[in-house]
Amino acid sequence: MEILNHKTIKGNSGVWEIVIGLEVHAQVTANLKLFSNASAEFKSLPNDNLDLLDLGLPGILPVINSIAIDQAIKTGLAINAKINKRSVFDRKNYFYADLPLGYQISQFKDPIVGEGFLKIYRTDSTEKIIGIERLHLEQDAGKSMHDQYADASLIDFNRAGVALMEIVSKPDMRDWDEAGAYVHKLRNTLRFIGTCDGNMEEGSLRCDANVSVRRPNDKLGTRCEIKNLNSIKNMMKAIEYEAERQVKIIENSEKIKQQTRLYDAGQGVTRSMRSKEEAHDYRYFPDPDLLPLVLSSERIDKIKKTLPELPDELQNRLKKDYELSSYDARVLSAELEIAKYFEALAVGRNSKLAANWIITNLFSLLNENNISIKESPINVKQLGELIDLIEEGVISNRIAKEVFEEMFDTSKSAKDIVSKKGLQQISNEDELENIIKKIINNSPEQKNKFLEGNEKIKGWFIGQIMKETKGKANPSMVNSILIKTIKK
Amino acid sequence: MSKLCNLTVSETLEGLCKKDFSSLEVTQDLLDRIDDFNNLNLITEKIHDNAIMQAKASDNKRIKEETRPLEGLPVAVKDIFCTKNIKTTACSKMLSNFIPTYESTVTENLWKNGAILLCKTSMDEFAMGSASDTSYYGSVINPWTNNFDKPLTPGGSSGGSAGIVALRAAAVALGTDTGGSIRQPASFCGVVGLKPTYGSCSRFGIVAFSSSLDQAGPITRTVEDSAIIFEHMASYDIRDSTSFKRKPFKKNNITDGVKGLKVGIPKEYNIKELPNEVKKIWDKGTKWLRENGAIIEEISLPHTSYALATYYIIAPAEASANLARYDGVKYGYRADGPFDNLDEMYSKTRQEGFGDEVKRRILMGTYVLSSGYYDAYYLKAQKVRRKIVDDFTDAFKKVDAILTPTAPSTAFALGEKKDDPISMYLNDIFTVPASLAGLPAISVPAGIGGDGYPLGLQVISSSFNEEVLFKVAQCIEESASFKEKPKILEGK
Repeated sequence: MEILNHKTIKGNSGVWEIVIGLEVHAQVTANLKLFSNASAEFKSLPNDNLDLLDLGLPGILPVINSIAIDQAIKTGLAINAKINKRSVFDRKNYFYADLPLGYQISQFKDPIVGEGFLKIYRTDSTEKIIGIERLHLEQDAGKSMHDQYADASLIDFNRAGVALMEIVSKPDMRDWDEAGAYVHKLRNTLRFIGTCDGNMEEGSLRCDANVSVRRPNDKLGTRCEIKNLNSIKNMMKAIEYEAERQVKIIENSEKIKQQTRLYDAGQGVTRSMRSKEEAHDYRYFPDPDLLPLVLSSERIDKIKKTLPELPDELQNRLKKDYELSSYDARVLSAELEIAKYFEALAVGRNSKLAANWIITNLFSLLNENNISIKESPINVKQLGELIDLIEEGVISNRIAKEVFEEMFDTSKSAKDIVSKKGLQQISNEDELENIIKKIINNSPEQKNKFLEGNEKIKGWFIGQIMKETKGKANPSMVNSILIKTIKK
Repeated sequence: MSKLCNLTVSETLEGLCKKDFSSLEVTQDLLDRIDDFNNLNLITEKIHDNAIMQAKASDNKRIKEETRPLEGLPVAVKDIFCTKNIKTTACSKMLSNFIPTYESTVTENLWKNGAILLCKTSMDEFAMGSASDTSYYGSVINPWTNNFDKPLTPGGSSGGSAGIVALRAAAVALGTDTGGSIRQPASFCGVVGLKPTYGSCSRFGIVAFSSSLDQAGPITRTVEDSAIIFEHMASYDIRDSTSFKRKPFKKNNITDGVKGLKVGIPKEYNIKELPNEVKKIWDKGTKWLRENGAIIEEISLPHTSYALATYYIIAPAEASANLARYDGVKYGYRADGPFDNLDEMYSKTRQEGFGDEVKRRILMGTYVLSSGYYDAYYLKAQKVRRKIVDDFTDAFKKVDAILTPTAPSTAFALGEKKDDPISMYLNDIFTVPASLAGLPAISVPAGIGGDGYPLGLQVISSSFNEEVLFKVAQCIEESASFKEKPKILEGK
């Protein structure tokens, strides 16, 4: 039997494989909306960022904002995709109060970007290629608010018409970890190239998941689309829940109904929103107000030249230039901000030590407190100072960890904490010898055991020394002084 | 001196230039004429004070010698052009309270050149119709009507614009033409109607019916006037992505006549239902052109018979989406609540806000775009449209212009085809092919039918070649020497 190196659902009747495809909506970083001259800024008073088109006024026509187009091209290039030199904007027709035109201008048959791929790392550190089907541009809708008045709904059209990129993956992911890694990688890529800020909480990156289950390597099962996934964590939980739900249904000899489901993060469940039969007939047709979008090779080449270093390239460079392990290079290149922090920290220092401090110590405290590296209370200069104190032998690694925690809580400098608390390492041989003598004299029993050849007791002595010196004894000196003194 | 309202555009501009009269005097005269014939329902709402104010302002400009090419010329404007701070209804209940905060590019171009807004003219609701009988504000009556017990249609959808020019209550009126909405009413009212090449006049600020077909144009009493106004309407506009950076049209470039021009007579337009009187006028037109030195050739436009069906798929399809924005949420009419849900608000608002013909076209358009029908209707229609374009491209390799009748009949009685949409749609049979191909076309009055009502001939040319169009039209105009006027103007 083939061994599957991804997570599966173990049902009563055997193993089920999950198949996942993702549709990511990324709000394009641009000064203007896709087709109007209104600002695309997020934080504004309701209905402040409006142009005539954004209210669907009669006779007002859409005009393509070329910055949004350039951003889509840039994104296409960064996801290794084919840029289509001719693409078409279509009208996607449906009624909703926050859709001002009664249709969304989108791209249906001829998207601006064709097939591409992203490389992800699975939890076992192996690489996997996730195929991308397409990327197309479309308008966002406004925002309806139903909870302000009992008898009325309010609409904010600020977001209406803002450019979105819909990035559709192939059904290439096999468990929620892979799905999570894919969204991480995609978000990271978008942030690297500056085409989307990737902020899921503010809704500038949204994700829908298509989930189905099947016997390993069997033909595809019926899928359900899950919406309302506002964080990567929730997406992963929703996929797991949904896969288990589907397995239960099939094992009950029932059929999966193709439907759109909403994830309820509070309850951790997915709920049916509409069935396939209730799905809209969007009546797509080419928007007669817009001519087909034709791109020249020159324009594409020009944008290609502006592409910054991409996550994979950065990872390779970190590995090579700083002689890091593959794992360290991958972790440090997972976000642009992390890489920047590391590279600044590594200047003139032991790069391995710098990497360790970030990955082991800084990340654990950041994660514990749920903050990003951008908001880290310890900046590069402060952490650098701490590392320098270790390298200069002023403090031990153990003390450094204590100092680090205090720095994190108080944002004080390492030097201040060390001098105020007198945490400098004791590296004076006479002073250490006196302390050690005292301990040996107070422990004749342990001394004898040591002299009888019990090596284990050495550790006990070192513990006692550290206890006595509150950890300040220079560990590299303690050992030799102990042996020298005890044998006297 | 004859009444100022009877003057053409060029005569008015000349008189204003020579200071024979003021803009205020012309405007007042035209407004009086409008008031004398309120019963024709040619305009939507009186904005006389606004016209008077603008005329005075224009006269002041002239005193200060700041005159522009159209200084002081009053222009009637179809109520489909958004006019800033002036109600724009498209003759629909849906927009009966709509006051735009912006000006359409075409009207703005005219105002920048010194013209003034005389009035807003009535039309079919959202320009959907061929008889100007679908307006929320009631049917428009053709000034050529002899028997007011059985009033005539002015044609549509720009019936108010064609009627007001025929009535000599405006020397020029703006219309829009989607499938014949300028040319057919021009033919029915004995005036000149131009549909320019698609992309010549910006669609910005024109309430959309069918975006790939809509085009603004002037209705005048002479071909020369048509050229004068067109020159000042057309412009490349970045606010309309389908607007075209064409070589600017200059009226003064129309110098020589039709001598040596090749004019095609498409055999497919000679349909068997064509009334004899229409056929006779068409033959006359051919003869006039030949007499003036044009070379007449029979040509073939093989896909002509599919044009009407193609048009009545594409136009409603686009309209069904263009009219989706009228949902009662943001502006315009909203039915009285309370509503149980959003869908109820939509359906009541749209049920009450739209008339029957608009609803019919929204339904047709929604149907032909629906999944399962899209390929059979919309996609097929797009392919046929391409074939029709190719027909014309081939034809214009052989000829410079094409001559056809404008409409298959003279004006008919209002209400006559009201319950027979198919026979109503047949009115557009000769005008839709040029619309589908985006070509310029003009209707020129060429004679009088057996019933005493006007008949027009249509000239079509290749894209952005309005100069040729005007040359041929001028030849027809001179040869036809159309002097008849509506009977109600006798003694006026």
